[in-house]
Amino acid sequence: MGCGRTGSMIGATLDGAGHQVTVLDSNPDQLRRLPEDFRGQKAVGNGMDGEALERAGIQEMDAFIAVTQGDNRNYFASQLAKEVYGVARVICRVKDPRRQEIFGHLGIQTYSPTSAGAATMIEMLQQPEPA
Amino acid sequence: MYIIIAGGGKVGYYLAEELLTGDDNELLIIEKSSARVTEIGDRLDGTVMVGDACEASVLDGAGVSRAGLVAAVTGEDEDNLVICEIARYRGVPRVLARVNDPKNAALFKKRGIETTVSATEAILGQIEQELPVTEMIPVMQLHHGLELVEVRLSDTSPAVGRSPREILLPPEALVALIVDSGGVPRIPGADTTLTAGDALVVVARAESRTMLKEALIGGTHGFDT
Repeated sequence: MGCGRTGSMIGATLDGAGHQVTVLDSNPDQLRRLPEDFRGQKAVGNGMDGEALERAGIQEMDAFIAVTQGDNRNYFASQLAKEVYGVARVICRVKDPRRQEIFGHLGIQTYSPTSAGAATMIEMLQQPEPA
Repeated sequence: MYIIIAGGGKVGYYLAEELLTGDDNELLIIEKSSARVTEIGDRLDGTVMVGDACEASVLDGAGVSRAGLVAAVTGEDEDNLVICEIARYRGVPRVLARVNDPKNAALFKKRGIETTVSATEAILGQIEQELPVTEMIPVMQLHHGLELVEVRLSDTSPAVGRSPREILLPPEALVALIVDSGGVPRIPGADTTLTAGDALVVVARAESRTMLKEALIGGTHGFDT
């Protein structure tokens, strides 16, 4: 859910690895980020809308990844996928580290590019610069 | 009781207005738009603050952990869900969400969050009708770790229709006094039958509140785990 830079990359990579992938975005223009050889399904719709998720085939999905720009939208859709549609594996991107920590305690697996990015760059600083 | 209203739109504003004219409620509206805060701040006597209630730091700054109720009434259902989740995670005993799109009600229900349609009256009705029911009011701290609490029985209370002796109360808890819905006080006896609307004045250990709640209010109210 969410076909920005991250979403399109996840979609293309998983598709390339042979998985059956559907990429959902409310803006059809965004779906053009997917490479030409993408074999999966492109779906237009709001991931917070159960009907749009059903059209995208949420009932048959083994995993759901929410990577729109909105932390709250991602959380809402992730809970919808998990609680209402029973998707086994749900991963939710949450940019705000404090919200990420709380959501993580509410049964949703979360990833924060903010804390992960900050930690990685600090670690890089502690290593000598590559020649 | 300290009540936080997230969202200072029409619904939030009227809700606040009504609650302020009511009992001894302490009220705070959290609203994103500073222009809107200026607009309603004067009329509501300064009980409005600028901020995004979806941010845990904003809620913490508003003292969310001492709130008795958080009502999330913004126009965005995903924001209302997140506000309620954070508030509940911070220990708020009662959270209430306005649901703008009825299709979203199912998810709120799954998450165990009380919802209401957007009309202000409906929210007020729900608050006023259910607040006394879900609430156990601490009246006074006594010596030796004991406290005096008042509990009003609703018709869903497991204690209704029984005598105080038949209720499984926590250790060292005692129903000291019963005030019926007409305001008549009685000392509980062997032949006393509790009815809905009775207010029980109970002496109990402070740490056994949860058990007391279960015995007198029932396990389904509130989500304070």
